[in-house]
Amino acid sequence: MRDRTLWTAHLGAGGLILVFLGLHMAIMHLGLTGDGLGVPGDKAIDWASVALRAQSVFFAVTYVILVGATLYHGLYGLRNILLELNPGPALRKVIDVGLSVVGLALFAFGTWTALAAPGAATTVGG
Amino acid sequence: MASRAHPNRLGIRGWVGGGRWGFERYLYTLHRITGLGLLAYFLMHIFVTSTRVLGPASWKQAMDAVSGPLFAVGEYLVFAAFAFHAVNGVRLALIEHGFLIGPPIEPIYPYATSVGRQRPLAVAVMIVAGVIALWGGLDFLTLR
Amino acid sequence: MADARPRTVTFRVRRFEPGRDERPRWEDHRVEVTPGMTVLDGLWKVKEQSAPSLAWRSSCRMGICGSCGMLIDGRPRLACNTQVAELGSEVVAVGPLPNFDIVKDLVPDLRPMFETHRDLRPYLLRDDTEEQDDPTREYWQSPHELEEYLQFSYCIKCGCCMAACPTVATDPHYAGPMPLAQAQRYDSDSRDAGFGERREVLSGGDGPWRCHFAGECSQVCPKGVDPAKAIQLMKRDLVFDLLRLRRRKPPAAVAEAPHGLPREGIPPAPPRTVPEG
Ligand code: SF4
Ligand code: SF4
Ligand code: FES
Repeated sequence: MRDRTLWTAHLGAGGLILVFLGLHMAIMHLGLTGDGLGVPGDKAIDWASVALRAQSVFFAVTYVILVGATLYHGLYGLRNILLELNPGPALRKVIDVGLSVVGLALFAFGTWTALAAPGAATTVGG
Repeated sequence: MASRAHPNRLGIRGWVGGGRWGFERYLYTLHRITGLGLLAYFLMHIFVTSTRVLGPASWKQAMDAVSGPLFAVGEYLVFAAFAFHAVNGVRLALIEHGFLIGPPIEPIYPYATSVGRQRPLAVAVMIVAGVIALWGGLDFLTLR
Repeated sequence: MADARPRTVTFRVRRFEPGRDERPRWEDHRVEVTPGMTVLDGLWKVKEQSAPSLAWRSSCRMGICGSCGMLIDGRPRLACNTQVAELGSEVVAVGPLPNFDIVKDLVPDLRPMFETHRDLRPYLLRDDTEEQDDPTREYWQSPHELEEYLQFSYCIKCGCCMAACPTVATDPHYAGPMPLAQAQRYDSDSRDAGFGERREVLSGGDGPWRCHFAGECSQVCPKGVDPAKAIQLMKRDLVFDLLRLRRRKPPAAVAEAPHGLPREGIPPAPPRTVPEG
């Protein structure tokens, strides 16, 4: 894909992050969990709260979106910096392929976490 | 004929240097540094929070591991970096789509530039990011 | 007590002689400052008085030709357009424009910049080759359409912007502010139809995506061209084009010959002085 497309997606991902990370921050630090799911905000990282969120489809979907957008935005930004350091053609390939592989692997891992967490929340945390 | 010219590219010095003539250069540098920091934090964050898959015991262990005052300060830095990167990012997204820099104009000395035109926005960005970071700081201090 | 002696400043010039010097070095020369003296005038004095082999490029000495871009007191400027008094320093440091190879002393090798400039086809691209080779009339353009690109057309290709740009400082592949601004100058010309052709180059990794609006180019441009503005407008056009949001207009047509206008009071044209054919 050409840089025009990649760059446009980079900005789009930035927009997504702004919305979803804003939400994420509000939930973790402002006690919005309290309004929605009955858990006080300063307890957002307690297991009860985590398990509650893990069961919610809404949270699973937003986690996946957030992980995808952030990985893309961050790794494309890193690629920008690396390519502007003028690597040779071989190294350029390594950067492109390497960052894509790392990004996809982490995205798969993050998605798996979001999808596997409900199971953990019921079987172990119950 | 082989060139006998001497290379004179500024290199990475050129990223931070210069800048005697406008502070957008520093915003650009700061945007890169905060971006790299946020990426590093995010990668760590994925792994730390993935412990929830392993159940409450692992989760608690992971949360305890990242709870000391050092991590509190680190988390606060991440928050401040995010505040700056987000607000400055909005400015950049607008500007890099050609908004808020004005239409082409007749250059009459002393020249008005797109950089000067968006400067109030750049200042506003710094103020907003500063306020968010400060407010976040109070939040971080009082909640813990 | 007023100093009766004329003021002198030190010209600290960067010297490099290919084949002889390993690396560039600084050399100090005292120069008497006269009212209205430019840095270029100062260099001439240095050359006349103490360093006959000092080399630089200049021609018009009035900010028109774009030859004399130099790094003056750490900032890219035109030597002919910079007053020594305006610098207000005792030591005037003059070096070649950075981000270009040094040919000799203050002479930068601007060829890479010009090659990129040429690759971006900085001229009207249209299908009507016949009309272009053998014009019948001018292409129609409104004053408003002229304003869309006029600012960018004031560029004198001095390279000051390239010397200031942080991306050019590390990435020799990046097209750079001057060539990009000139590509935009033609892309936004209502008579041009070359957007699609230039897009092929500009959508790639060395195009405007390497610009992050550090804004340095526009701060140093001696002609008020504002290349940073041109580049952001270019990004807008390219992204809107990608998202199918860009409105396209066919290139301006050849203006029609005026007809039916009364020629009262206008004397007839004088007889031809050159034989026809
Ligand atoms: S844009 Fe300005 S600084 Fe750059 S080459 Fe043209 S005149 Fe010189
Ligand atoms: S605005 Fe873009 S082209 Fe101009 S100096 Fe900055 S990065 Fe370079
Ligand atoms: S000598 Fe022509 S621009 Fe300075």
